[in-house]
Amino acid sequence: MTGSDLLLELDGVSMQYGRGETAITALAGVDLSVRRGELVAVMGASGSGKSTLLTVAGGLTPPTSGEVIVEGHWLSQLSARELATLRRRSLGFVFQDFNLIPSLTALENVSLPLELDGWTSKKAHRPALDALNVVELGDRANHFPSDLSGGQQQRVAIARAVVGGRSLILADEPTGALDSTTGELVLRMLRSRVDAGAGGILVTHDARHAAWADRIVFLRDGRIVDESRASAVSSLLSGLPA
Amino acid sequence: MSVRQSLLAILNQGPCYGYQLRAEFDRRTGSTWPLNVGQIYNTLDRLERDGLVQKADIDADGQNYVEITTAGRAEVAEWLGSPVVRTMATRDELAIKLAIAVTLPGVDIAQVIQVQRTQAMRTLQELTRTKNATADPESSEQLAWLLVIDLLIFAAEAEARWLDHSEHRLARARSAGLAEPLPLNTAVPKRGRPAKTVQASA
Ligand SMILES: Nc1ncnc2c1ncn2[C@@H]1O[C@H](COP(=O)(O)OP(=O)(O)OP(=O)(O)O)[C@@H](O)[C@H]1O
Ligand SMILES: [Mg+2]
Repeated sequence: MTGSDLLLELDGVSMQYGRGETAITALAGVDLSVRRGELVAVMGASGSGKSTLLTVAGGLTPPTSGEVIVEGHWLSQLSARELATLRRRSLGFVFQDFNLIPSLTALENVSLPLELDGWTSKKAHRPALDALNVVELGDRANHFPSDLSGGQQQRVAIARAVVGGRSLILADEPTGALDSTTGELVLRMLRSRVDAGAGGILVTHDARHAAWADRIVFLRDGRIVDESRASAVSSLLSGLPA
Repeated sequence: MSVRQSLLAILNQGPCYGYQLRAEFDRRTGSTWPLNVGQIYNTLDRLERDGLVQKADIDADGQNYVEITTAGRAEVAEWLGSPVVRTMATRDELAIKLAIAVTLPGVDIAQVIQVQRTQAMRTLQELTRTKNATADPESSEQLAWLLVIDLLIFAAEAEARWLDHSEHRLARARSAGLAEPLPLNTAVPKRGRPAKTVQASA
């Protein structure tokens, strides 16, 4: 296992909201790593710290203590500008509440991270449209978020997270608002990105969706309390009949 | 029992010998519940005793063929036409374990649940991985195999959901100061005397 295989490392990460008496400990000493080609699911009850883990892993909030290392960069050592660049180039976020920009069309929302990174909008539209096609929304490219259903907005958010081949995808309940067929579509896409060499963290309540991951970690009160790793060879079944 | 009826349904296609029946059962169920030859012969003995099959020819290789009877055919039709009733008679090991654990003082029930959840999720991961490695079914053997996998996936999912649900229920009850573990009841009914007597004297 070479060092460059490691896309993300959380080292003793703790996160407290507020101070003193009313402080809430959302994460308490979390160690977690994600390698290339690895999809890690995070499960846990509401309030167990799943979204906090993603925001900290993605450098959106600095942890109260501990280190976050993305592709070998210690986030605490980066300037605000360097951090912004790393986030844009390496990280794709799918937020629990989609976070689309209402004044931009679906296509513009998906192109945005590329344009912020200096691509011309003309050049950015090609991969953006490809990503929309994968989530079966190519025909709604010019619609605004307000004209899309919740599930469609979620798919746009997913297209935005994977466009341009970002190496680490952090997805918070990306299948929450989707019916089971569309949910499966999203997982298939996430899985194929990861199999092609990206890494991902998938927060989900849905056991069937979590089962697509290589590893599942269980959070309780901000701590990882257990982990399930799929064995390479299934011991359960002898496999498909010829 | 389903092995008995499955073998009978296979024999309804034509006479078979023991090893052949085993192979037919396995390929039709994706080898998920492999049978040994002993089970096959035991089942055939009972089917013969009940008049549902009878001995047929012995072929050149010395294989003893068995064929279905008219009563056997009726039994197959009856089986296919009626629902499988899952009785409460088969004790559910996990439900019992959790029910007992909840009542025991000093047991970290959240941990008991977590250990089980990890196991359920690992099973679900393996099943999902196996299923995802499979293209759309081409033969009816593949289709049968996928049906079985799907059932196992839904069952593992149901177990995981039940565990989540139980954890919530328990957390709510405990935070309301309810559902404390049970110490041993010292007022035990003596030697099978009805509980009523004990209560009356208490
Ligand atoms: N900005 C904030 N300020 C104060 N407390 C917060 C903030 N964000 C989250 N928390 C608290 O931190 C804890 C963990 O929250 P988090 O959002 O990470 O949970 P979660 O596992 O994502 O839950 P859910 O499944 O409901 O999305 C909770 O107790 C929450 O109330
Ligand atoms: Mg959350």
